[in-house]
Amino acid sequence: MKDNLVVAKKKFNSRLIVGTGKYKNMSECAKAIKLSGADIVTVAVRRVNISNKKKPLLMDYLDPKKITYLPNTAGCFTSDDALRTLRLAREIGGWKLVKLEVLGDKKNLFPDMIETLKSTEVLTKEGFSVMVYCNDDPLMAKRLENVGASAIMPLAAPIGSGLGILNKVNIKIIRKQTKLPLIIDAGIGQASDATIAMELGCDGVLVNTAIAKAKKPFEMAKAFKNAVIAGRMSYLSGRIEKSLMGNPTSPIKGII
Amino acid sequence: MKKIKKIKIKVNGKILLIVDKITLAELISNLQIPLRKVALELNREIIDKKKIKKLKLKNNDVIEIVHFIGGG
Repeated sequence: MKDNLVVAKKKFNSRLIVGTGKYKNMSECAKAIKLSGADIVTVAVRRVNISNKKKPLLMDYLDPKKITYLPNTAGCFTSDDALRTLRLAREIGGWKLVKLEVLGDKKNLFPDMIETLKSTEVLTKEGFSVMVYCNDDPLMAKRLENVGASAIMPLAAPIGSGLGILNKVNIKIIRKQTKLPLIIDAGIGQASDATIAMELGCDGVLVNTAIAKAKKPFEMAKAFKNAVIAGRMSYLSGRIEKSLMGNPTSPIKGII
Repeated sequence: MKKIKKIKIKVNGKILLIVDKITLAELISNLQIPLRKVALELNREIIDKKKIKKLKLKNNDVIEIVHFIGGG
């Protein structure tokens, strides 16, 4: 049986989702994404530059027929702004699978969970499949699930911080309580962080800055691809029990 | 000679003076914007792209034209 990532009844081969922001240029972005093996990319909705028509368009570099665009509400600080952004995103070409992100603080970029919860409920009623960026709070994750979220996306650490998974216990608790896709979003710094996320039982990992701002983005994209696969295989294989004392690897019997 | 009446509209935050009775479709085509890749909002309301040929712009209309760009 193939071990796909399934979100809102759609199947994806890769469990790595990558962002398309912060790259030096569009061709670097497209190449890094190709090397990462990701099937889903997050994209932002912004004004068209009406005075400079020659500016390259994302869609010219990443074909939305070949890779799933996940419109994101990055930069929205109120429910109204997030709803407006995603309704526009849907209008561009029928995107229903979206990522909701309503921020509450300009410095730490933590999500405003009250606005997030409100938006999730409205969007779900409007027929969107909403993947929700949230705090690593099991109670809030449960409430998001109750109002119809399609995926729970807790942060590992503040967006772009590269600190890695700060609260493994909470992630494990969320994993235990939900059958929804659980995807770590934000705060990943290096490939091993993605492996740890997968070993905790997450269904996927979303990475942007850690690849885009690495000294060698192409190599880092490949590292993340393999890290997610390794973590998933490790999780499915069932790790050994931890013990305080040593346990010899070679038989004691027959020692000379 | 009859003076051509112009109206003032705002597109993506920029004020433009355009000929009166122009449609939203004509504006998009004049701005050379690929309609397939954008979404449109007129006075905070999302506009169905199929209906823009019949949509005449009025003085003080506020238009937003958005598309996808790189983001996390």
